Amino acid sequence: MKHVDEYRDPAMAKELAAQIRRTSKTPVRFMELCGTHTMALARHGLHALLPPTVSMVSGPGCPVCVTATEEIDRAVKLAQTPGVVVATFGDLVRVPGSHASLARERAGGAAVEVVYSPLDAVALAEKRPDDQVVFLGIGFETTAPTVAAALLMAEQKGLTNFSVLSAHKLLPPALAALLSGPNLGLSGFLCPGHVTTVIGTACYEPVAHEHGLPCVVAGFEPADVLASILMLVNQVEQRRSEVEIQYKRAVRPEGNPAAVALMNRFFEPVNAPWRGLGPIPASGLALRAEYGHLDAAKRFDASVPPGKDHPGCRCGDVLRGLITPPECKLFAGVCNPSAPVGPCMVSAEGTCAAWYRYRRED
Amino acid sequence: MPMEGSILLDHGAGGKASAELVGGLFAKHLGNEVLGQMDDAAVLPRPTGRLAVSTDSFVVDPIFFPGGDIGSLAVHGTVNDVAMRGATPLYLTVGFVLEEGLAIADLERVVASMAAAAKEAGVKVVAGDTKVVGRGQADKLFINTTGIGVIPEGLTLGAAQAKPGDAVLVSGTVGDHGVTIMASREGLGLDAPIASDSAPLNHLAAGLIKACPGLRTLRDPTRGGLATALNEIAALSGISIELDEAAIPIDPAVGGVCELLGLDPLYLANEGKLICIVDSEQAPAALNAMRADAHGKGAAIIGRCGGERAGRVWINTSVGGRRILDMLSGEPLPRIC
Repeated sequence: MKHVDEYRDPAMAKELAAQIRRTSKTPVRFMELCGTHTMALARHGLHALLPPTVSMVSGPGCPVCVTATEEIDRAVKLAQTPGVVVATFGDLVRVPGSHASLARERAGGAAVEVVYSPLDAVALAEKRPDDQVVFLGIGFETTAPTVAAALLMAEQKGLTNFSVLSAHKLLPPALAALLSGPNLGLSGFLCPGHVTTVIGTACYEPVAHEHGLPCVVAGFEPADVLASILMLVNQVEQRRSEVEIQYKRAVRPEGNPAAVALMNRFFEPVNAPWRGLGPIPASGLALRAEYGHLDAAKRFDASVPPGKDHPGCRCGDVLRGLITPPECKLFAGVCNPSAPVGPCMVSAEGTCAAWYRYRRED
Repeated sequence: MPMEGSILLDHGAGGKASAELVGGLFAKHLGNEVLGQMDDAAVLPRPTGRLAVSTDSFVVDPIFFPGGDIGSLAVHGTVNDVAMRGATPLYLTVGFVLEEGLAIADLERVVASMAAAAKEAGVKVVAGDTKVVGRGQADKLFINTTGIGVIPEGLTLGAAQAKPGDAVLVSGTVGDHGVTIMASREGLGLDAPIASDSAPLNHLAAGLIKACPGLRTLRDPTRGGLATALNEIAALSGISIELDEAAIPIDPAVGGVCELLGLDPLYLANEGKLICIVDSEQAPAALNAMRADAHGKGAAIIGRCGGERAGRVWINTSVGGRRILDMLSGEPLPRIC
């Protein structure tokens, strides 16, 4: 773990924080696009190290949080289907849909299995040949290639009882939608290290050059995050707006073409609903027509009526950086990690969960 | 010679097979003069002092794991709960629920491990019961233990006794048990040098009680981990607690596995660690007393109690930040003990 420890060095982090405090003159508001950054900021208490001129706001980068209610409803419907085993990442199990969550279905006898990787779901299908295993594909360009790898493996093994219900999302269309919406008063973006490892930095170029907003691709350790914030502050103070990579040990400007090719082999962009942002053109991934036999949406009846959200839930505004969690009337009262109303409170990477756990008295 | 074969429903029916199991296996390992009475109830001498009683059921999956098994865990868990109130644990009762088909060799391994754990802790098993359920109606075996101990005159330890200014100590690395159980489960395929910390803490606790008249609270941070136990103490005592993240002992291998699995060791179960809250002037004495015990070698002072914002636990992070350390919420890890 030496590689990681270096970026947890307290002396390095403290020095970076001091440099931010020395450099920052103009009040700035940066958005972290990735849920893992939201968690890193909160878990390491980094907000307490930033000067009053620098504020961080969370964006739509927590995969569980942006999964639309109707997508949860569809998963719940599959879980109710006899002979179907739904395999999913643990975070998704507790997310409430319109009427139920997968956790509630599981308590009622539905087969819902938590897996750590899509490949585990393939192994589950091999182990249970009499069941139909449906993996819930959620996440951005980071997870989509691993789901594609699982599909490839299922193909190679000739499995007929494995399929994927895809609710994958793409980052660049969401970023574009965010920038074409109401003015959020942002000064720059802390860009997601993992997603950028796959897709490269091209999608940030218009943000920096047309919208004039600095972009820095950041790693996830405390010193990574602080170094990236310092790079953003420097750009603002020097009146530059460029795409810079702080997370150089993982990210190349061109991304990972092999991962993108694998993703594109199985998936194609489709219009997709986002919790909070609504429908965004070509912002989701569906299985290509020739892989219909691996597509749970085609193999099973997964049709559901439009999703119904809790009327008071403001996760949508939180996801766009319009409000902070305490500005939602449900926060920490009706909605808390034990009884989450909205997805931002359910996911370990959700903005509301992070705020509740780590910053309730800020 | 170890018994062969599998557990059958007959073994719980109270007849000849039951008697064979009791005589050939349970009595062989756990036997003593009280258990040897073989009557409907154990008759015990009247102790002097107040009694501490605790009961716990153990359903851990898998039943054998690095660092222990369900048998030693069932002894340690209950002995430790009794010891946290300052009591000297004396007796245990043991109830088994066995699944039909369980290998008798596995049962014997578990019972022998219980016997060894009870011997180390200095407690006697004075009553027991065995039931067998059909295949699929339980998972291998479940164990319930009840512990009885005696509290010395004048000693009042409890989670409501902490005061502002007190020091907070922990007896060693945290998260070892929880992460070991997670990693032992099927499919993770991790090959990390980690093991459960399952151990009896009564001798360590006795050493602390002797060394520190200003001892306020002992608590074993089992389910919910260090973070949850400290929140409970803060709430019950009406104080706040401030921790130094860098001072909290975490085994590097445990930290590495947690990193991979996205777990926080501060929320993972421990089965051989205790939190000690003590008058700050006696913190060095408490530290020495813990380190003098085999199960307290890694003890450390990790924080202090404050008077403001009662019920809240804060952590000063290693990189110089500060945040709340909340209770465990959301889905806990199932069947870790």
